[in-house]
Amino acid sequence: MGRYTIRRLLQMIPVVIGTTFIIYAMVWALPGDPFVGKCGDRPCPASYIAEMRAKFNLDDSLPVQYGKYLWNLLQGNFGESFSGRTVWSEIAQAFPVTFRLALIAIIIEIVIGISAGVLAALNRGGFWDNLILVSTLIVISIPVFVIGFLAQFTFGIKLAWFPPTVGPNATIYELILPAFVLASLSLAYVARLMRGNLAENLRADYVRTATSKGLSRRRVIGRHAVRNSLIPVVTFIGADFGALLGGAIVTEGIFNIRGIGGLLYLSIRTREGATVVGVVTVLVLVFLLVNLLVDILYGAIDPRIRYE
Amino acid sequence: MSDPNASVSAAAPETVETETYRGSSLPPEASTEKPRSLWSDAWRELRSSKIFILSAILIFFFLIMTFFPNLLTFGKDPYTCDLKLSRQGPSSTAWFGYDNNGCDVYTRTIYGAKASILVGVFATAFAMLVGGFVGVIAGFFGGWVDSILSRVTDIFFGIPLLLGGILVLSSFPSTDNANLYSEVGKVVLALGILGWTSMTRIMRSSVIQVRNADFVIAARALGATSGRIIRKHVVPNSLAPLIVVATISLGGYIGAEATLSFLGLGLQPPVISWGTMINDAQPYIRVAPFMLFFPAIFLSVAVLSFIMLGDAVREALDPKLR
Repeated sequence: MGRYTIRRLLQMIPVVIGTTFIIYAMVWALPGDPFVGKCGDRPCPASYIAEMRAKFNLDDSLPVQYGKYLWNLLQGNFGESFSGRTVWSEIAQAFPVTFRLALIAIIIEIVIGISAGVLAALNRGGFWDNLILVSTLIVISIPVFVIGFLAQFTFGIKLAWFPPTVGPNATIYELILPAFVLASLSLAYVARLMRGNLAENLRADYVRTATSKGLSRRRVIGRHAVRNSLIPVVTFIGADFGALLGGAIVTEGIFNIRGIGGLLYLSIRTREGATVVGVVTVLVLVFLLVNLLVDILYGAIDPRIRYE
Repeated sequence: MSDPNASVSAAAPETVETETYRGSSLPPEASTEKPRSLWSDAWRELRSSKIFILSAILIFFFLIMTFFPNLLTFGKDPYTCDLKLSRQGPSSTAWFGYDNNGCDVYTRTIYGAKASILVGVFATAFAMLVGGFVGVIAGFFGGWVDSILSRVTDIFFGIPLLLGGILVLSSFPSTDNANLYSEVGKVVLALGILGWTSMTRIMRSSVIQVRNADFVIAARALGATSGRIIRKHVVPNSLAPLIVVATISLGGYIGAEATLSFLGLGLQPPVISWGTMINDAQPYIRVAPFMLFFPAIFLSVAVLSFIMLGDAVREALDPKLR
C-alpha cells in the first residue's frame, strides 16, 4: 500500500509538469498582446511594458520561462498578477467557496443519485425505474447552463424558495440551489451507473447464495449487493471531481458566486496570465490527488483488490 | 453541459465486457444457422429497437436543418430583421416569437442547427481519429510505447474539457471577419485537442483484449506484418466500444459547443448557433423567456437524440444484454 502510493505519487510528477507546461504555453506563448487594455484606453507606457516583461520573464525562450515559473512554484510562490496581488492570496480567497459548493454538490450526488439508482434497480421495469431512466436522460441532455437558468428562474425568482444569487458570504443555504445545478449532470450518471451495476449484481451467484442461506432481503441488498455495486460509482465520483470544478465556471457565473470558477473566467477574459496558470495548476493538482485517493480507497472498499 | 468525458466513464464498464464475451466461443445456437458477423447481428438488433428508430428520425430532421434549412423556414432569411418587432411573443406569423433585434426566432433556431451539428460531427471525428490511432498503437505494441503514450494521454486527461476549451479559445486572437467555417474549425480544434484522451483509453483497453486472441496469433504465424494485423484483425474487432462512446460524445460536444458559445468564447455572433442565441437571450430571460426557451429545447433534443442513438448502438453491440 505504501509503496503503491509512492509509485503513484512519482508517476504524478511528469503529468503535473506536462499539464502545467501546456497551460503555460497556451496562456503566454500564443499570439496576442498581453498588455491590451491593461492601462485603460491609452496604450501602455514603454517603461511599464519593459518592467512587466522583465517581471514575467517574457523575453526568455518558452522553456526557460517555464523553468523559472516552475522553480518559483516549487518554493510555494505562485507569482503575482499584473495588478500586484499575489496569485496565492486570490486563490486562497476564492477556493473555500468553490470547495463548499463542490462538497454540497457531491453530497447531493451521492445521497440522491445512489438512492435513485437503488430504487430503480429494485423496481426494474416498474414505474420508478422508468421515471428515473427518463428523467435522468432528460437531465443529461439539457446543458448545465440551461438547467441553471431554469432553476434560477423557477426556484429563485418565481417561487422564491431560494435566493436567486449568492451573496459575498456564500452561506450553505444560498449554495443549495447552485449545488443542485452543479450536481445535476453527475447525479444522473450516478443514478444510471448504480442502477446498471445493482441490477447486474442482483442476478449474481453470491446474492442467490445469501438469499438461500436465509438472510433477510434487506440484509442481502444492503450488505451484499449494494456494497459491491458501489465500486464503479466511487470511481466515477472521483473522476468527476475535475468536471465539477470545471463546471463550476458556468454555475458560478449564473449565480454570481465569487469562487474559483468566477476568478478563472475573469482572469482569462482580462488576460491575467499568472492567475490563470496558478488556478489551473491548483485545479489539476486537486483533480490528480482526488483520483489517487479514490484508487487507494478501492482497496478499502473491495478486499479483492490488493496493492503489492 | 453534458461532458463527453463523464459519459465515457459511465459507459466504460459495460463496453469493455463486450470484448471478453466475443473473445470466447460463440453461443451454441449461432452454429446451427448461417453465421452472422457482429455488425450484421447488431444491425438486425438495431432495426427492431424503438429507441434507435426514434433517435434516427430526430437526427434525420436535424440533418435536414443542417443541409436544407430553407425547406423548413419557407424561404425566410435569418438575417432579415425588423426592429419594430423586437421581443414580440410567439404568434401565428412567428411561431417562436421575435428576438431583441426583431429577428424571427423560429428561422434562426432552424439555421442554428448547422453550426452545432457541424461542430459535433467534426469534433467527434477528430477525437476518434487521433484518440483511436494513439489507442491502437499504445494497446497493440505495449511496453515502452504504451508507457509513453499513456503518460501523454494522462497529461491531457488532467485538463477538464470545459476548462481547457476556455483556455484554447481565449488564446485565439479574435478576428473581425468571422465566417462559419473558421469559427467551427476553431471550436472543433479546441474540443478535439481535449477530447481525444477518453477515446484513447477506451480503444487501448479494447485492443489489449484482442491483441492476444487466437486469430491474431494465427495471422502472425502465417507471416502477416504488424500493419496488416492491425488493419485487418485488431481494429475491426476492437472498434465497437469506440463507436458507442463516439456516438454518445457527439451529443456531449454539441452541448460543450453551446456552453462555450454561451460564455462568449465559442462561435461568434454573425454565425448563428443555439449557444449564441441562448447567450443573446440571457439578459431578457424575465421579459422574453421564449427567446431562451426554443433554442434551448432544440439543443437539448439534439443532444438527447445522439445519446439515445449511442444507447441503442451499445445494446445492439453487447451480446450480453440480449
